[in-house]
Amino acid sequence: MREPGLWLLFSAGGTLAALFLPVLVAVLWVAPGVGWLEPPAHQALAAVSGGVVGRLLLTALIVLALYHWAHRFRYTLYDGLQLYHLNQLIAALTYGVATVLSVVAVVVVWG
Amino acid sequence: MNPAYRRHHPKWHRARMPIFWWLRKWSYFRFIARELTSLFVAYAAVLLLVELRAVGAGPEALARFTAWLRSPPVVALHVVVLLALLFHTLTWLHLAPRAMVVRLGSRRVPDVAVLMGHYGGWLAASGLVAWVLLR
Repeated sequence: MREPGLWLLFSAGGTLAALFLPVLVAVLWVAPGVGWLEPPAHQALAAVSGGVVGRLLLTALIVLALYHWAHRFRYTLYDGLQLYHLNQLIAALTYGVATVLSVVAVVVVWG
Repeated sequence: MNPAYRRHHPKWHRARMPIFWWLRKWSYFRFIARELTSLFVAYAAVLLLVELRAVGAGPEALARFTAWLRSPPVVALHVVVLLALLFHTLTWLHLAPRAMVVRLGSRRVPDVAVLMGHYGGWLAASGLVAWVLLR
């Protein structure tokens, strides 16, 4: 895929992550871990992850968040560590990991 | 920068930069910290998958997952994850007025209004998710 397409995935994933991840981390993991909140009931979570709307949203969030990571981390390595000569390898690894995990995500969410 | 335009080229002169150039200045460090929030975004995506699997496997599997959430190192890790993701959200939302020019008729909507709109969206999304999960 060419740069504009990858940037679009990065950008869409960054927006979904910005809007939804802090509240999910707070409500699902931090608050129940600390003991501030009861963890959400199995029934409530199963209702979300079992419905078509919930599945579509979860797939979009997880897949796009993974491509957001791939694109941003690729350039962090490229610029931050100045690994210019490894450009192709880094791109293959980051987008490759995101693609494999996206397939796993589709299997977990829809399976 | 698009690497397609400037591949590594041994004939060019490049001043050597130390690997940790971004530790020299607060603004450089903040830039790299912002870029590294992507690692926490990926962590959250993967852990969501782990939790979804547990939900699919039934209440006992989910209970084991929530028990794991209570162990102190995991709590500490998730506090760090939350702080990093909040940093991602703030830096991302503050880019919005620079990335988009909104016009009403012929007048440009001020940056502050665009920013406030995005904060409003964040608040609404967070409220909706919390309500769905905790009702």
